[in-house]
Amino acid sequence: MEFDFAEEQPKFLMLMYGLIAFVVVVGGLLLLLDVVPAWFARRREAQLIAASASGAPLPRRRKQREGLFALFFLLPTLLLLTIGLVVPAIRTTLLSFMNADSSGWVGLRNYGWMFSEGSIIRVLINTLVWVILVPLVATSFGLLYAVLVDKARFEAVAKSLIFLPMAISFVGATIIWKFVYAYRGDGQEQIGLLNQIVVGLGGEPKQWLLESPLNTFLLIVIMIWIQAGFAMVVLSAAIKAIPADIVEAARLDGVSPWQMFWQITMPSIRPALIVVVVTLSIATLKVFDIVRTATNGNYDTSVIANEMYNQAFRYQENGQGSALAVFLFVLVIPIVIYQIRNLRQQREG
Amino acid sequence: MAFARSRQALAIAGVLGLALGATACGTGNDKKSEKASSPECAAYDKYQGHDGKKVTIYSSIRDIEADRLDQSWKQFEDCTGIDIDHEGSGEFEAQLGVRVDGGNAPDLAFIPQPGLLKRFVDSGKIKTVGADTKALAEQNFTPDWLKYSTVDGKLYGVPLGSNVKSYVWYSPKTFKEKGWTVPTTWDELIALSDKIAGSGTKPWCAGIESGDATGWPATDWIEDVMLRTQGPEVYDQWTTHGIPFNDPKVADAVNKAGTILKNEKYVNGGFGGVKSIATTSFQEAGTPITTGKCAMHRQASFYANQWPEGTKVAEDGDVFAFYFPAIDPAKGKPVLGAGEFVSAFADRPEVQAVQTYLASGEYVNSRAKIGDWLSANKKLDINNVPNPVDKLSVQILQDQKTVFRFDGSDLMPAAVGAGTFWKGMVDWINGKDTTTVLNGIEASWK
Repeated sequence: MEFDFAEEQPKFLMLMYGLIAFVVVVGGLLLLLDVVPAWFARRREAQLIAASASGAPLPRRRKQREGLFALFFLLPTLLLLTIGLVVPAIRTTLLSFMNADSSGWVGLRNYGWMFSEGSIIRVLINTLVWVILVPLVATSFGLLYAVLVDKARFEAVAKSLIFLPMAISFVGATIIWKFVYAYRGDGQEQIGLLNQIVVGLGGEPKQWLLESPLNTFLLIVIMIWIQAGFAMVVLSAAIKAIPADIVEAARLDGVSPWQMFWQITMPSIRPALIVVVVTLSIATLKVFDIVRTATNGNYDTSVIANEMYNQAFRYQENGQGSALAVFLFVLVIPIVIYQIRNLRQQREG
Repeated sequence: MAFARSRQALAIAGVLGLALGATACGTGNDKKSEKASSPECAAYDKYQGHDGKKVTIYSSIRDIEADRLDQSWKQFEDCTGIDIDHEGSGEFEAQLGVRVDGGNAPDLAFIPQPGLLKRFVDSGKIKTVGADTKALAEQNFTPDWLKYSTVDGKLYGVPLGSNVKSYVWYSPKTFKEKGWTVPTTWDELIALSDKIAGSGTKPWCAGIESGDATGWPATDWIEDVMLRTQGPEVYDQWTTHGIPFNDPKVADAVNKAGTILKNEKYVNGGFGGVKSIATTSFQEAGTPITTGKCAMHRQASFYANQWPEGTKVAEDGDVFAFYFPAIDPAKGKPVLGAGEFVSAFADRPEVQAVQTYLASGEYVNSRAKIGDWLSANKKLDINNVPNPVDKLSVQILQDQKTVFRFDGSDLMPAAVGAGTFWKGMVDWINGKDTTTVLNGIEASWK
């Protein structure tokens, strides 16, 4: 087909607007970050010179000025957070107490629905299974791998291999795995890896993604495949950061490898371990792409985020969708609090 | 130093911006209607007077179909000077609500679900159609069709394209070789199925996987059977929740569909057992017909576009479709179908002109000539429809005996029609019993 520039003009125009907006915003920010502090620095310099010239005591108002500075730089973030996060969060909470088209208050009905409707309870259980298994298994795998390949001969190659899936989007990864799980009838040529193995071993091909609850575990495998690399990289860095003298001292004391792992490595990398588990837990609670791409929540595989999207945007049930969103939010809060506490403890300790 | 660097960056960015701006100006928009007075524009006289105005259209139509749309109103644009800006989206149903509620509504939308249309009417977003449009719509469409976009006696949309869903695809070649004849009653259909099953081939193939719309082909099955076992009146009660979803009449229809869909002897030709229906994509579900592994596939007229390249779709070709027979022919010829409605979110005169034009005979014939499209518009000349299946569909739609009913899942609230009904059918295929499934759907309909 011929490509007509005039026909596509609106798209180019849009692209141009986008580019201009990008340049203006980024340029403006660069300018601000550069010019404003420079200006203050120059003023301060002039003041200092003037003060030293006149022999007067040096002006001391640093503290207050720093506060102003901080506010100045925080302002855009605060503004964006308010518009993009705080306001929608409050609105979603309000919507969760309203009916489907947000025209009247219904009290706690949406929450009651959530905990009484069989299919939604199933969704909550699935989410629980996800959030227990993914951080646990992905972190264990990552840790094991990090310890095993540490100082091995092909460490760099081995690490990049396991890290590669991180570069693939959730949707892309899920499509790859859908082929692994693909099914063709008995007697036909299998195109799915898993079924080919089963048939090769003399079994009958199975509809993997239809079998509940097995299918939820098969989907969890996808997430672990993607996230194990992340855990491995962070933990490997933490292992490398263990001071050599501790390791050496332990060796001189004659520890076994097993003792070395539990007495030296684990306590040393505990902070990193917590960060990994917390990050994975939050990511898992929000998992959406994998389920939507693989089964769209059919065959009892749905999770909260997927159900929330379906309720709010496909079934036009704003109240029920919002209630699910609020519940997800409530689930994430304790994890975040735990993480902040930990950070604070580390700083104090 | 840092200061100098960022300045340089700004300069580069500035130049880049200017250059882009200049190219954008170079391809100015000079669509003019200097052709307005030429003879081929005579048909568009009544739409004149909106030169240079722009009308935006939002729909679920993409790729080739979208190009064909642009082509179909090109002459109208050239003659009237109205610039029609069409945008298709794969997430149309979800995004239309977001756009309308966000104050960014398109001027016109092609809405395939009367249920969704009613939702926007209820929230006061859709404008009633103009007097000219209404007069033309009443002239060109049967009341059967217009009632789906009528709320409280007011018309809120005009039908555009249509499709016929009551079709069974088959291979005329294979039927001839094996000496099978096209069934004209339900009993003949079952007798033929048994005969084929007896010869070692699974007679039916089906597939309901369709991304986030998985399940819809099965709802079509149920609707088609419902229309046949219960008749149009009960069908209407069912789609408007006049009878509960778990009514014995509905269970009856579902079980009747189950005698084919959940019969291991009948399905799923070329794919496996009953459960493989759930994971077979609707696009490839009928293809075993071309290899002889399956004999019949119930799917709408638009399935004509899904056959592998080089497949001849004709009465004497590789594949063709026959009318999904009635159970009691005395009660008329029930036809299940669907289509989209042109609804306006703005009432500017140029928007009304485009809406009127889309309801006109000139438009439907212009679009039909490009191919793979048909409409229930009475002005559509069957000779302008190139595809033999579409020709058959036009015949069926224009047949006096036809009792037309719209796809029921599109009439129900989205939570049911695009939610629990789809999901329920997936569970049903996957082994759940009829009663449990229907009770679940009924519970979700508030």
